[in-house]
Amino acid sequence: MRLKLIFQLFLRSSMLQKKRAILTVAAIAWGTVAILLLLAFGQGLKDQLMKSRRAMGLNIAVIWPGETSRPWKGLPAGRPVRPIADDVEYLRQRMPDLKGVLGEIHSWGTTLTYGRKTVTSHVIGTNWIYGEMRNHIPQPGGRFFNPIDEAEKRRVVFLGNKLATDIFGKEDPVGKTLQLNSSPYLVIGVMKPKLQMGNYAGPEDDHAVIPITTYIAQYGTQQLNNLVIQVHRPEEMPEALKRFKEVLSAKYGFNPEDPKVFGIWDTVKGSEIMGKMMLGIELFLGIIGALTLLIGGIGVANIMYAVVKEKTREIGIQMAMGARRSWITGPFVLQGLIYTLLGGACGLVIAVTIVILLSLIPTGGNQALAFLGKPTLSWPIGISTAAILGLIGLLAGYFPARRAASIDPAETLRYE
Amino acid sequence: MNWPLIRRNGRNGANGNGAIIHMDGITKVYDTGKVKVEALRGIDLSVQKGEFVAIVGPSGSGKSTLMNLIGCLDTPTGGQFDLAGEAVAGLDRDQLADVRNRRVGFIFQNFNLLPQISAFENVEMPMLFGGVSKRERRERACELLERVGLGNRMDHKPTELSGGQMQRVAIARALAMNPDILLADEPTGNLDSASGGDIMTLFKNLWEQGGTLVVVTHDMALANRAGRVVEIRDGLIVRDTANAA
Ligand SMILES: Nc1ncnc2c1ncn2[C@@H]1O[C@H](COP(=O)(O)OP(=O)(O)OP(=O)(O)O)[C@@H](O)[C@H]1O
Ligand SMILES: [Mg+2]
Repeated sequence: MRLKLIFQLFLRSSMLQKKRAILTVAAIAWGTVAILLLLAFGQGLKDQLMKSRRAMGLNIAVIWPGETSRPWKGLPAGRPVRPIADDVEYLRQRMPDLKGVLGEIHSWGTTLTYGRKTVTSHVIGTNWIYGEMRNHIPQPGGRFFNPIDEAEKRRVVFLGNKLATDIFGKEDPVGKTLQLNSSPYLVIGVMKPKLQMGNYAGPEDDHAVIPITTYIAQYGTQQLNNLVIQVHRPEEMPEALKRFKEVLSAKYGFNPEDPKVFGIWDTVKGSEIMGKMMLGIELFLGIIGALTLLIGGIGVANIMYAVVKEKTREIGIQMAMGARRSWITGPFVLQGLIYTLLGGACGLVIAVTIVILLSLIPTGGNQALAFLGKPTLSWPIGISTAAILGLIGLLAGYFPARRAASIDPAETLRYE
Repeated sequence: MNWPLIRRNGRNGANGNGAIIHMDGITKVYDTGKVKVEALRGIDLSVQKGEFVAIVGPSGSGKSTLMNLIGCLDTPTGGQFDLAGEAVAGLDRDQLADVRNRRVGFIFQNFNLLPQISAFENVEMPMLFGGVSKRERRERACELLERVGLGNRMDHKPTELSGGQMQRVAIARALAMNPDILLADEPTGNLDSASGGDIMTLFKNLWEQGGTLVVVTHDMALANRAGRVVEIRDGLIVRDTANAA
């Protein structure tokens, strides 16, 4: 009968407060939808950022040579330091802990001709390891160039996916021969499209990559535009960069502490900052959602304050008959939870539906949509939302219950 | 008739003389901020087990205040109050609730039944709070309702009952936990004289079966059917006489 009493109290009061009860459940549902969607979008954004960070290469640093700014062992400041292609092997031998190292030489004005079509394009000569380090994954049917291509200076070219379409249209480029500054090159692969946020030498879907040995033979220069190193774990990066400077300092004669010799883009540092930013965004979204829920919770509490007020006499009677505090407070706490969980359940259903519907919308190659259109609901999101809901439900019941328990039976039952 | 006992109170009259109520210099001051009302100004009252006491007095004299104190619905401002041999002062809210549940049965002028549940459930309610098993609750609620002559009205809501019937439900409810003492504050005040007379007869029967009752009334005819009449004026007992049997 206890449950029956509690349930009757719940039904009667919710009938009485029907409109407010519906509004309140709706508010809680809306708050749940808001918090779930906000967090889901945040998670989606985070996933996409992670992906795009991987797109350029995980745990890499890009290094551009510059000039000395400090005198060193009798040499004046202002000398240029110009590493060459052979320095890649030199570094690899002296830094065995690196996951990888490569050099790049760039040409921005190379003509690529296939049939009647000619485009001026960006061509990079680099080492075979570039494919792995820089995430140039070939589309099915193609490949990136390998150590043998590089050793034998083969005339092979790997095309960015956009460049490939510009030149070949709907034709399959792999196996075709194109003219690179009038020399014939065999197309061996086309890059798989990738979501990418940062780059350091222009868009990667729009360039062509050839073995560095072939490049030197074709263009007659072996001065590197930049080097890229990759470490196994992020925390190894500072030590690796230090060692890198020491190794080249011995060869080229400069102060390894000289900050001007190399321009360095340490993506590990960048991703740390990005991680903090993401955390900030998540916190912000979470707080907004939680506040919305809190407003719903206040609505629930208000309904029950009204119930307490309306039922003061009945509560007084129960107290006079010997109801302990828990008998009085129990129904209110239960009611607070019921309203909140009801709203939360509705909100969950709506949020999941929206997330599923959004995942059905094709992004159509639109980068902005690709970043925003993939909200993801995860267990941590679900659990933290449920925890917040439960807490709000308890509080929404607790405060009215406390007021109910503080009713003075003698005062209430006084006969006027 | 034998009342089935749920709980036997072996400690009735722990102070040796069988006093269920023992009050010594009880005062009650209502402090409403601006004004302080001295509702009771030093009540000395003892009620023994098996007594039927009528409390009379003009309006505002403090009768209800006294009943609320005896029924542990309120606590005195000063003085010593023992209920069935136990000091009430210093009990916390839940302990007071237990005392109300087990030791006293309260009957109000305006019945104070829960309007949305049936007569049966109203009688069941105190036993629910008292942790009585479902079977025992049912049996006892049926017995009590039959005893007050409402065996055929058990499933009626209070609104479907007459005033006299409602008061009889309230009496059954007050008896549910087999209390040490029955308290009634103007139980016939809202009833016509016929139903009022029925209620008084019911009280008298309970008394004859060994029950202890304290009843507030304005009606001297009813008061004279009790064993003892206590008159209150301005928060003090001015008369305390036994009626001739
Ligand atoms: N909660 C309260 N706050 C302030 N004053 C109160 C309160 N309850 C009672 N009083 C005052 O205490 C005095 C005694 O009131 P009480 O209700 O005990 O009188 P009573 O004898 O029961 O009167 P009646 O016969 O009209 O029921 C009155 O002056 C009343 O105004
Ligand atoms: Mg009164």
